[in-house]
Amino acid sequence: MTVNFNHKQSAHCENGVVSNLLRFHGLEFDEPMVFGIGSGLFFTYLPFVRVNGIPGVAYRIWPGQIFKRFSDRIGIKIERKKFSNPAKAMDALDQMLDKGQPVGMLTSVFFLDYLPAAYRFHFNAHNIIVFGKENGRYLVSDPVMETTTEISYEDLARARFAKGMPEPSGRMYYPLQVPGEFNTEKALWTGIKQTSDHMTRIPMPLVGTKGMKYLAGRMRKWPERIGDRKAILWLGNLIRMQEEIGTGGAGFRFIYAAFLDQAGQKLNNDKLIDLSKQLTKSGDKLRDFAYYAGRVCKNRKSDTKTFAELGDILEECSQQEQAIFNELYEVSRSK
Amino acid sequence: MKQEQVPQDQENLNEGKLAKLYYATDEKGNYVKVNSIGWEPETVAMQQAWDVVNDEVETARNKVIDGKASPLLYWIKKNIMTTGMVAAYASTFGFMVRLHCKPFFFNRLSKKQLEKYAYTFRISVEELTDIERLKKNDR
Repeated sequence: MTVNFNHKQSAHCENGVVSNLLRFHGLEFDEPMVFGIGSGLFFTYLPFVRVNGIPGVAYRIWPGQIFKRFSDRIGIKIERKKFSNPAKAMDALDQMLDKGQPVGMLTSVFFLDYLPAAYRFHFNAHNIIVFGKENGRYLVSDPVMETTTEISYEDLARARFAKGMPEPSGRMYYPLQVPGEFNTEKALWTGIKQTSDHMTRIPMPLVGTKGMKYLAGRMRKWPERIGDRKAILWLGNLIRMQEEIGTGGAGFRFIYAAFLDQAGQKLNNDKLIDLSKQLTKSGDKLRDFAYYAGRVCKNRKSDTKTFAELGDILEECSQQEQAIFNELYEVSRSK
Repeated sequence: MKQEQVPQDQENLNEGKLAKLYYATDEKGNYVKVNSIGWEPETVAMQQAWDVVNDEVETARNKVIDGKASPLLYWIKKNIMTTGMVAAYASTFGFMVRLHCKPFFFNRLSKKQLEKYAYTFRISVEELTDIERLKKNDR
């Protein structure tokens, strides 16, 4: 059973799944819109959460939140399911496909053999849509891919029941009911307000623009604290979090700027368009940061001076973003 | 980032399977979507992460050949797993998996337990226990 599914590529998997699923149900939302209304942009530095001994950095809100916030704000009812074993999960999927309903699900990247080998680490929160089954193989719309692909029963079952943190446990979801009418304007402002609030007004040093500043300060001391080899590994991890698959460039800053651009046009608000241009500039600075960091990683030599300079660039970014999101908060507060 | 500045570095790890989507600005400053086949800093960072993995695999392989560890250790590293993850797949405990990384305990494993481990790594029991093959793929 195959349905006519319109696949569009997106930068980030969660936005893309929401956008593609809703398009099937007759709601047209572009990826930046989903990201902005769902308040996806964020920054956290988590030195106490170590993955293979490398401190965690996130340029976005944690997985699942974008979809949740977006559906709350637009008023979409979503059915979410979780399973105890792969056979049950796959049966439930087959039933939904027989009804002609595409299903979004959580998978582990490690088992998705259509992706390039270099990307296949154990990342267990990748979203894909399965929209059909042909000759025992499932038809997959993976938002980061240019076209639709397919995957075998065994691989999909493995991917849905991968172990490790977090366990997908065969989670799948689909919209039960989409609203006939909804207030886009209100949803836009709520999304903007929450993002700007979280970026600037959480009184903790590790989150938002304060987190960027903190990280910049810590980074300057990395080489003397942990040694050159480790410092370069940590820096490499930072680049990967910022630029690897799914960020649309500069750690989601460009997607968000695109959102502000679209929102500004939709609401006829020149202030938003102006702020979008400013965010583009600070995003460019983050790209520069990744570029210089990449040079340090490539040459495999570092002296404290280079790390100090990198810290300076990051601190400058944090100051720029602080100004932008402060202004954004002022604009959105009265709406 | 301007539309024409979106990097298209030929040297990448995408195997031609993937061209990622980027958001960039056109001449008026409005956003458009542009595909990119790769960017050097990102490739460097990714290669660096894989170098660490490959180093660990190589260390594990040498340990197995020297008889200091069981092939289980090699396969864990090869699949970028942790003992905890392997324990979850093979429905046992993390400390048991760590024990089984020692040749003494590994050699006493039941067929059933070996099959569980083989299932975890999606290989056959013969492949799992074959040390000779590890010796051969010298780099």
